[in-house]
Amino acid sequence: MDDAKTIIARRAAKELSDGDIVNLGIGLPTLLTAFLDPALDITFQSENGILGMGTEEKENPNPDVINAGGAYVNVIPGANFFDSATSFGIIRGGHVDITVLGALQVDQEGSLASHIVPGKLVPGMGGAMDLVVGAKKVIVVTTHTAKGAPKLLKKCSLPLTAYSKVNRIITELAVIDCTKDGFVLRERHSSTTIEQIQSLTDATLIIPETVGIFD
Amino acid sequence: MKNKLISIDKALDLIKDGDTVMYGGFIGVGTPETIVDGIVERKIGNLTIIGNDTGKPGKGVSKLVAARLVKKAIVSHIGTNPETGVLMGSGELEVELVPQGTLAERIRAGGYGLGGILTPTGLNTDVAVGKEVITVDGKEYLLEKPLRANVAIIRGSIVDETGNVYYNGTTRNFNPLVAAAADIVIVEAEKLVKAGEINPEHVMTPGILVDYIVLEGGKN
Repeated sequence: MDDAKTIIARRAAKELSDGDIVNLGIGLPTLLTAFLDPALDITFQSENGILGMGTEEKENPNPDVINAGGAYVNVIPGANFFDSATSFGIIRGGHVDITVLGALQVDQEGSLASHIVPGKLVPGMGGAMDLVVGAKKVIVVTTHTAKGAPKLLKKCSLPLTAYSKVNRIITELAVIDCTKDGFVLRERHSSTTIEQIQSLTDATLIIPETVGIFD
Repeated sequence: MKNKLISIDKALDLIKDGDTVMYGGFIGVGTPETIVDGIVERKIGNLTIIGNDTGKPGKGVSKLVAARLVKKAIVSHIGTNPETGVLMGSGELEVELVPQGTLAERIRAGGYGLGGILTPTGLNTDVAVGKEVITVDGKEYLLEKPLRANVAIIRGSIVDETGNVYYNGTTRNFNPLVAAAADIVIVEAEKLVKAGEINPEHVMTPGILVDYIVLEGGKN
């Protein structure tokens, strides 16, 4: 079977539609590009100042063109560069259709903790707080558990990156929507059961009549 | 026309111990490395630095952090320079984390005469602690106050002798913002050209915001 990250990336790629403007977080979210249908017209925004980001450029990198993770990238025809105020104007102003980002914790109110573990890991929020507030749709991609402990919680215990902004969570086991009533299980991975997903989720899942299956 | 080109030595004379220094750059891309190296060489310390991040080891303002010249950093992200996190943990360096879009707007407000900005970013998080929440047409926003600095150091890909700046690729980032928000603005030019050689329509930072020009590598 594929590893968890591959499963998540492949499923997350299906969330993107023709014409979408998309911002991908560094790491796991970026892996989904390998599974995109090349026929789709998708424009990637990078918050350091690009609309129309291409792929990582290893052969002939331009030292003046990086993505938000610091990797050298190329751009597609029609791309444009801008300053950080414009970039976050685009983000906060609702001009980004989808943001896909990772998480330390997500809770049933749709709140996200992704930027700080006090005393241990303090990278900072970077652009995440603005992205989660501004994007039309917020998708969290994460492994379902960390070292066996649930990451999908009743209530986040870590400092919040945003309160009640996550729309959908994709893990290697499940696709879960955050609704005003709580977590709704939309799909399960073909290798698992609803019972197993529930046992690895801190919050109680709402199980609709139909739960889809993904691979 | 005022001659804005000065030597790196003269430029460094303008930066004092204890100053607040804004800088352009995103993980060091767009940061004026020659000026940063000069600050390190002169050991101008006790600085408060304001910019997107603290660079990465060997690049950008990480060199100021490594030389223990920074008292406080107001930034959105420190993950690419682990040393900042270590010094923050040991209490040697104070870090104020600001959401990236909010940081950009606070600097813009400082530079362009605004009393602050209203943003939904950070509501109901630790970022909101101690800040005023203002409701406009039924929607809540955080009041975020302007930021200014004594000195801003920016990096231009092409600079003309009047201080007009053009930025390549993603080097623009915070450069045009900090260029407006400091008492003294120094641009490090990768390439210096005569007035008129940058098409007026391609000027990204108007020269009126720039006080001094130094050459990358300190070639003058």
